[in-house]
Amino acid sequence: MKLQRSTRLALYAVLELADQPEQQLSRTEIAERFDISSNHLSKVMRELGRQGLVEAVRGVGGGYRFVGNAKRTTLLDIIEIFEPHTLDKETQREPGTDTAVGRTLDVVLDEISDIMRATLESISIKTMLMLKAKANSGN
Amino acid sequence: MTIRDVAAGDLDAIVAIDLGETGVAKHDYWREKFELAARQRATHIFLVAEQEGAVAGFIIGEIKAWEFGSSPCGWVSAIGVANESRFTGTGTRMLEALLAEFKRAGIDIVRTMVARGNRELMSFFRSQGLMAGPYLQLEMRLD
Repeated sequence: MKLQRSTRLALYAVLELADQPEQQLSRTEIAERFDISSNHLSKVMRELGRQGLVEAVRGVGGGYRFVGNAKRTTLLDIIEIFEPHTLDKETQREPGTDTAVGRTLDVVLDEISDIMRATLESISIKTMLMLKAKANSGN
Repeated sequence: MTIRDVAAGDLDAIVAIDLGETGVAKHDYWREKFELAARQRATHIFLVAEQEGAVAGFIIGEIKAWEFGSSPCGWVSAIGVANESRFTGTGTRMLEALLAEFKRAGIDIVRTMVARGNRELMSFFRSQGLMAGPYLQLEMRLD
C-alpha cells in the first residue's frame, strides 16, 4: 500500500503531537523532525484542525497540539481524511467486470481491501505510540 | 481483581458472558474446556478474573507444538469479559496472567485468531502489541 504524501505527513504530525499531548510543536519543528516541506505540512495541519484532531495555539511558544482521542482514533480515520476512497471496493462498471474473469479478480481485490481495512481500523494512535516506544527500546 | 484458575462453579457465569457475546449458550463446550484444563493444566490454561466475588471475565490459552509446521507457541483461544467489566482493564490483566504462564512454560511466541470484522477484539489484541503473523488463515465452503 502506498500512501499519498499528505496522508503520510498527517500521520507523522498526529503521531508526533499525540506522543506529548501537553506540548505544542510548531509546523517548522514538525517539518524539521521528518525532513519534509513546511509549506506542504501547512495544508495538512489545517485539515487536521478542521477534523478536530489538532488545535493551533497562538502566541509566543505557540504551535499545534493534539486534541483528539488517541485511544479511539485509528490509522484508517486519518487516512480516510486525505484518501477517502482508498479502500473502497470496485463499484464502477469497468470493462470486463461482468465476465467470469472480471468477477473473480474483484473477489481477490475485495479480499485484499478487507484485510487492509481490518488492519488499519484496528490500530489506534495509542497503539502506534506503544509500538514506537517498543521499537525505540529495542524490544 | 484476582486472576485465578477456573473452578467448576464459574461455568454458569462463563456461559453467560459467552452468551452475551455470541448469542449461543454453549454449556457442554465450556464444560469440556474446563475438564480439559483440569486434566492437562500444563498445556490448557483456563483462567478467570474475579471481582467482588463474581466472574468478570475468562481467558483460555493452549500450548501447541508443530501445528502447521510451527515450533511450540501459545495460543489465546478464547477471551470474554462481562459487559459491566468492559474497559476496566480486565482483558489486559487476564492476558498478562496468561502470557506469564506461557513464559513460565518456555514459550516465546503467542498467537490468536480474530474475526476481521470484530473491531473491538482486534483493537484489543493490537493494543497489547500483537501484530499480523507469518500465517494466513484460509478456508472454503464445502457445498
